[in-house]
Amino acid sequence: MRAHLPILPLVISLAGALVIPVVALASRRLAWPLAVAAALGAAWAALAGVCDVIVHGASHYAVGGWAPPWGIEVVLDPLSAWSASAVAGVASMALLASGPAVDRRERDGAPAFYTLALVALTGFLGIIASGDMFNVFVFLEIAAIASYALVASAGGPSLAAAFRYIVLGTVGASFYLLGVGLLYALTGTLNMGDLAARLPEHSGSPLFVGGVVFVVIGLAIKMGLFPLHGWLPDAYTYAPTAVTSLLAGVATKAAAYALARMVWYVLRPHALPVTTVLAWTGAIAIIVGGVLALRQTDARRLLAYSSVSQLGYIALGLGLGNAVGLAGAYLHILNHAVMKSMLFMAVGAALYRGGRPHLTALGLGRSMPVTAACAVVAALSLIGLPPTGGFFSKWYLLQGALEAREPAFVGAVLAGSLLAVGYMYRLTEAIWVGGVVDHPPAEAPASVLIGLVVLALVTIAVGLTSAVLMRTVLLPATSGAF
Amino acid sequence: MPTASALPGLALLPAALAIPLIVLARRRPVLRETWSVLAALAQTAVVAAVLPSVLAGAAPTWRPLELAPGIFLELRADALGTLFALVASALWVATTIYSIGYTRAESEQRLTRYFASFALCLFATVGIAFAGNLLTFYFFYEVLTVAGYPLVIHRQTPEARQAGRVYLLYTLGGGVALLAAVAWTFSLTGTTDFVAGGIGALAGASAPVLWALFGLFFIGCGVKAAVVPLHTWLPVAMVAPTPVSALLHAVAVVKAGVFAFARVTGFVFGPALLHDIGAATALVWLAAATIVLASLAALVQDNLKRLLAFSTIGQLSYVVLGVALGTPAAFAGGVMHLASHALLKITLFFCAGAIAATAHLDRVSQFTGLGRRMPLTLGAFAAAAFMLAGLPPGVAFVSKWRLLTGAVDAGSWVAAGALLASAVLNIGYFAPIVIRAFAPAAPGTPSEVHEARPAMLVPLLCTAAAGLALGLAPDAGGWLLSLASAAAAAVTGPR
Repeated sequence: MRAHLPILPLVISLAGALVIPVVALASRRLAWPLAVAAALGAAWAALAGVCDVIVHGASHYAVGGWAPPWGIEVVLDPLSAWSASAVAGVASMALLASGPAVDRRERDGAPAFYTLALVALTGFLGIIASGDMFNVFVFLEIAAIASYALVASAGGPSLAAAFRYIVLGTVGASFYLLGVGLLYALTGTLNMGDLAARLPEHSGSPLFVGGVVFVVIGLAIKMGLFPLHGWLPDAYTYAPTAVTSLLAGVATKAAAYALARMVWYVLRPHALPVTTVLAWTGAIAIIVGGVLALRQTDARRLLAYSSVSQLGYIALGLGLGNAVGLAGAYLHILNHAVMKSMLFMAVGAALYRGGRPHLTALGLGRSMPVTAACAVVAALSLIGLPPTGGFFSKWYLLQGALEAREPAFVGAVLAGSLLAVGYMYRLTEAIWVGGVVDHPPAEAPASVLIGLVVLALVTIAVGLTSAVLMRTVLLPATSGAF
Repeated sequence: MPTASALPGLALLPAALAIPLIVLARRRPVLRETWSVLAALAQTAVVAAVLPSVLAGAAPTWRPLELAPGIFLELRADALGTLFALVASALWVATTIYSIGYTRAESEQRLTRYFASFALCLFATVGIAFAGNLLTFYFFYEVLTVAGYPLVIHRQTPEARQAGRVYLLYTLGGGVALLAAVAWTFSLTGTTDFVAGGIGALAGASAPVLWALFGLFFIGCGVKAAVVPLHTWLPVAMVAPTPVSALLHAVAVVKAGVFAFARVTGFVFGPALLHDIGAATALVWLAAATIVLASLAALVQDNLKRLLAFSTIGQLSYVVLGVALGTPAAFAGGVMHLASHALLKITLFFCAGAIAATAHLDRVSQFTGLGRRMPLTLGAFAAAAFMLAGLPPGVAFVSKWRLLTGAVDAGSWVAAGALLASAVLNIGYFAPIVIRAFAPAAPGTPSEVHEARPAMLVPLLCTAAAGLALGLAPDAGGWLLSLASAAAAAVTGPR
């Protein structure tokens, strides 16, 4: 079993996606529990992977017994194990919480919805686990195609949003593929380990420069990094909230993980100003995303622009060029996945109970106290207040920015917090004391509450154990890059 | 001398336990309020239990958890922290009893949220008092900010929500500055521990860096301490129910701000370093300006609670002034004034609330003859007001006297002048209220004696009496003067 651990999350998730359509022939009601079980299984396997990495160190898995560089390699190292658990864990809670809304909206389409969701999850896990540049592209596309369909599933304006997502997502994937092609032409290999070994001798080649630029831009589009975030606000606003609590949590994070891996562990373009550009772009994204979020009146669009700002934090951490900053970025990948998924769940619950997405008509505080309380926990984490996890990712990013000796980065981290105070204040005020919903008051369905409460506890637990997480997983792994 | 002990951590427990109990008892008001009173009493008892070892020179320390690599969640009961924790806990008892009377008289709604938020505020206050390093301090400082918000917007009127917005904008903005300062200190020195007399490694930084760092700390602490020009939120927040104004906007929240100044000047920079770079002088000037300006603003207020808010702004800066001067007498006087202002200002707020809830008056111009209808309440008000102005034998006389001698020791005529001018101004804005209240009532107004209900009257008489007793015997029970002197000696003594 241990030998197969690197690929296990992927296999469980893919198996779920394949089984659901078959079982749905017998009963469509089984689709939801099966999907949740598959995602939980993937999360369990990913967490087992984290434990395995801590105890035994990194391991490599050759799919089908074909040794790299000919076969496909799957890598289980601290950072991939960490990111896979974040993605699979958040996805399992998002799928759990999606049940009632999907049941009401999709009816007979529920098996298709959950199949697509698990295909997307398989893609995200594949992006993270793959040790091969070309396979990252394959999984990027698997995840993206499933995501396009999920975003479009609301009909109406979501179709236009999905079309935009398809166009930009395809541009991003094509850029990435072009970059991979250039690097292959240069080195004759697609395996990340081989590439990392061979690229230094080609670092002056124009092909290398082109390859790096295309790969980085392609992944930046997928990640929704400002100013390449054009697909994100509409997709998050018009997709069903069952989809956004999944995609907003994990889709951009898988791409962010891939970007970090390429920049620091594979391409290592240290002669080029890639990390500097990333850091500055991130700093600007923090501010611009926050300012745009302040101006929104639709709760979902507010959350979308908040994602643009928070992804800026991750990009800033990637570009700071020190271990603590990079570790902070990885911690923020987990924290932002958790809190953004929670916020979309809470807004989704309000809509499910008859609220409207406009900030003046969202109000649920008195009739949905648990949901509203969890939304406050997520908002505190997003602002970066202790004892939530969000505080600690900002703390480490701040340490990294101070270590990088660039006052603008320090200022961006702090200003982003202030902006988050502003837009999260508007959202939480709308939730607690905002407009009255003229429906019989009722708390969110039990499955949503479980998802929210579990993630709220995770947020606080990550905060209180951040020192342990940093020492055992993140800092040793990121220190190796410098 | 730090000694391992769980007592400082145990002091957090009553308030932490009270929150779920209060929420569970939300349909049974008597049980809910019982939990609040018991938690307040238990917290006071635990803090008092720390007192003997603190007075003996030990510093019970509890380090349960590593927050970030190299930084622990550390609670350490030293003299300064114990003084603050003791004052806040004891006054929580009084405020809870007073709250029960006040909320019944005013038919307040949402009392479960009210009492639970109160418990969370006091949890955070004890954490602030006992925080052994800057990160732990920041932790509880932000918890206090957030926990105070539901109390400010308690009545949920548009005015209250506006006040809540202003409150959060100021305090969270200050929190961001404080976070920057904490992170920068850690990055400069590799530690966030509070060290009596200052973190030694900080002396190696250049003067511009120290000034910038001090500026961030000033914003971070100054918002809660309501130092001019960061004070605007406090008069606006007076829209909250009066017990909230009494405990949070005279004791817990604002005192957390001035306590932060004491920690930063005495335990991060150290008086010597602050003096060397000239920041101490700047802080003295700002505090002196705040004292005079706030007293002048109080002169023209008609709404009693707003008047008390401006008075609070002025009195808070006495503490800032004392810790900024940094001489032993001034530091001790500043720290003592933290306690004496808490005791007297809470009395004044209790009286304001009693008047508002019983006679339904909140403007000074309506008070003519009120003293004859509510002799005990207005008597306590007069006593507390004159004691707060610094007249002997009140407790504030003891602290202000030390501040004045400290200012003279330091040769700071600005500080001495501000102290004397403010004493006159204090009398200037309090005396008209008392004179008006005890003047003959206009014909036709009700004249029968109608005091506030006992649950409000007893706490305010007790705090007024305590103010007098501690003025007559400042070291009664061996805590106030001893703790203040010990804190000052630790900071200003030879390193």
